[in-house]
Amino acid sequence: MFHFIARRLVSLALTLLIASVIIFLAIEVVPGDPASVMLGVNAEPETVAALKQELGLNVSKPTRYFNWVAGMLSGDFGISYTYRTPVRDMIADRMVISFPLALYALLLSTLIAFPAGIIAATRRGAVADISIMGTTQLGIAIPNFWFAMILVSIFAIKLGWFSAGGFPGWEEGIFAGLKALTLPAVALALPQASILARVMRSSLLDTLGEDFIRTARAKGLTARQALWRHALRNALIPVLTIIGLQFSFLLAGAIIVENVFYLPGLGRLIFQGITQRDLIVVESVVMLLVFAVVMVTFLVDIAYAAVDPRLRRRM
Amino acid sequence: MFQRFSVILLGLAITAGVIQAGAVHAAQSDITIGMQLEPPNLDPTAGAAAAIDEVVYANVFEGLTRFASDGSVKPALAKSWEISEDGLVYTFSLQSGVTFHDGSTFNAEDVKFSLDRSRAETSTNAQKQLFDSIDSIEVPDLETVVITLSAPNGALLFNLAWGDAIVMSPDTFDKAKTAPIGTGPFRFSRWVQGDRIELEKNPDYWGKPAKLEKVTFKFISEPTAAFAALMAGDVDAFPVYPAPENLAQFEADPRFSVVVGSTEGETILSTNNKQAPFDNRLVRQAVAHAINRQEIIDGAMFGYGTPIGTHFAPHHPAYSDFTVNSNHDVDKAKELLKQAGFENGFKTTLKLPPPSYARRGGEIIAAQLRQVGIEAEISNLEWAQWLEQVFRGKDFGLTIVSHTEPMDIGIYAKPDYYFQYDNKDFQQLISDLSLETDDQKRTEMLKQAQEIIAADYVNGYLFQLAKTGVANANIVGLWENSPTQANDMTEVYWSE
Repeated sequence: MFHFIARRLVSLALTLLIASVIIFLAIEVVPGDPASVMLGVNAEPETVAALKQELGLNVSKPTRYFNWVAGMLSGDFGISYTYRTPVRDMIADRMVISFPLALYALLLSTLIAFPAGIIAATRRGAVADISIMGTTQLGIAIPNFWFAMILVSIFAIKLGWFSAGGFPGWEEGIFAGLKALTLPAVALALPQASILARVMRSSLLDTLGEDFIRTARAKGLTARQALWRHALRNALIPVLTIIGLQFSFLLAGAIIVENVFYLPGLGRLIFQGITQRDLIVVESVVMLLVFAVVMVTFLVDIAYAAVDPRLRRRM
Repeated sequence: MFQRFSVILLGLAITAGVIQAGAVHAAQSDITIGMQLEPPNLDPTAGAAAAIDEVVYANVFEGLTRFASDGSVKPALAKSWEISEDGLVYTFSLQSGVTFHDGSTFNAEDVKFSLDRSRAETSTNAQKQLFDSIDSIEVPDLETVVITLSAPNGALLFNLAWGDAIVMSPDTFDKAKTAPIGTGPFRFSRWVQGDRIELEKNPDYWGKPAKLEKVTFKFISEPTAAFAALMAGDVDAFPVYPAPENLAQFEADPRFSVVVGSTEGETILSTNNKQAPFDNRLVRQAVAHAINRQEIIDGAMFGYGTPIGTHFAPHHPAYSDFTVNSNHDVDKAKELLKQAGFENGFKTTLKLPPPSYARRGGEIIAAQLRQVGIEAEISNLEWAQWLEQVFRGKDFGLTIVSHTEPMDIGIYAKPDYYFQYDNKDFQQLISDLSLETDDQKRTEMLKQAQEIIAADYVNGYLFQLAKTGVANANIVGLWENSPTQANDMTEVYWSE
């Protein structure tokens, strides 16, 4: 097990290194100079030069790359070109929204998907199954920005139960914060819940067809007992993998929903960073997201290996 | 496309339901203003972003002079001034009893420090040219500032009214980007980055106190979300509302008032005067006649905007109307192209920055040019790309952009400016203008300047950008026009 973890750690470090090079190169080749974007059309060339000097943009690219990586290793993500504040603080500010939002959406998605998947699997072919599968098909097909707008028009504009968007800040109380995140979380959760419910259903159906379930039934367990005691636990493995993937997706992929609800999250930070050519912010946030995805995968691998000894030798 | 489509969808969804009465505002003293872009920082002397001034101008920071809502220049921190006979020496008497928001006293040394900093060699002021004519700044006593010019400058008081010329204290200027400390009627209270900025009333203000206790600027970039925020009452006003297609709906709703005013934005079809075939005046004239302005205003701006025939704001007293010089006339345009030797037309590029006036307007103009045989190949650029390729690289045939700086006809006197117009007579006129301090003569010269560029068809002149704002019907005192990009909250209050 020790060797396995060591090997995985080396490959993790390599992945991050390669990712950092790709991110840096990809973003540096984007046309557009941050200093001219900030100073606009009336600035004189020497003013732009003075600002470039101030921002440290006249250093060579390799040097900038090494400074960036070295900084990140010591927890320093650099200073934003446009906001002139440490990128680490900006990420931290956005994280307190994006992380709870992802978690909230995941929780909702799981709470919907588990019962739906189980009901559909146990009543295969019945009306309940068909209607659940139909609904999830719809849930996957509906674009989430559109669903988000429908939620806003019903719950914010017509009923007035929620704000149309924005985030008051956690210092206004947990309830106020959660309330502001509810509509976005629902909008994000719907497609995820649909995917998860389908995975749950098919995984459960596979497991229910296994020999050990037949054995359990032969020992005299009812269908319900066999499901709860044996099938469900075994069916969960692929479901957990999907949940892991969904979490990293929700953390990074909420850009559109964050825009519809004007939430100051990580997605909008990247979006703003790109349009303002705040390259250091874009690089650091993307790198952080890569790190999160790689870590989740690493943990899932470790968890698998712990559960299934055969995997340790193969990997 | 995505945005427009989604706005329509949302509009449908809402009109399908019954709209209930909005939030009740009884004797309110706080207000939430919606803005599309968040300022990158809060120091108006350190960046060109209009969003900086839209939060702090007149509210937090003040300069010697300031713009009033009609565009005129009014005294601010300078109570009055005297100009020497030769127009070279300006003596400003300052307001007394002024303090900064941190409690320190304001005096003439702060003015000298701020202006010297902006015009210094290492300055990163985006409008450094405003201070070009200043030779020296002296402080004979703490309530007097004497500015000596190297040559007379009729625009000095106007230049000092810009947000880029505000006064900060030498002790706190370096914190202005995140925690600005000024002398204005509101003081900075907090900034939740990505979401909002809050200002609160300055109880120790030297002048007429503000009527509001608290002002919140909320940043909503998506037009759909801006619509929803107004409808749900989360935002009380959106002074520059980003989706003109919704304005009719707000106009029909008694809870809102729609205010259409003018801006300093001349929207033009910028033409590369050094790139063939646009180096030929006949070709530029043909383009001007090929354009149907009203079609562009209706199609791209949903009818909001005033046609212009030269690079000057129609609401300015010195404006001359030259739209007839370039009336829509397809036959004439074809004839001119024939004279220029382009009977079969030609191909060129049309590079469009992100604002909807450019993207929508560009499609319409390309179709109009096609009618006279000009094939304009459209490419959509981001701002950063536009600045790089078009503005700095001058690699374009045509582009559409709104020049939003007030009184910027002087850009035509810079031969290196991106549209590369090089006319010695015009350059002479502008340099004479900067030395002229007599208002009557200045007006004459400005009219002459407008005529020269209209007759040379330097660019295609399209329309003056309108300021289309939506506000709760009970709000009084918001600026109707936009002489500078600002949200002056000093006179704003709730009527009930």
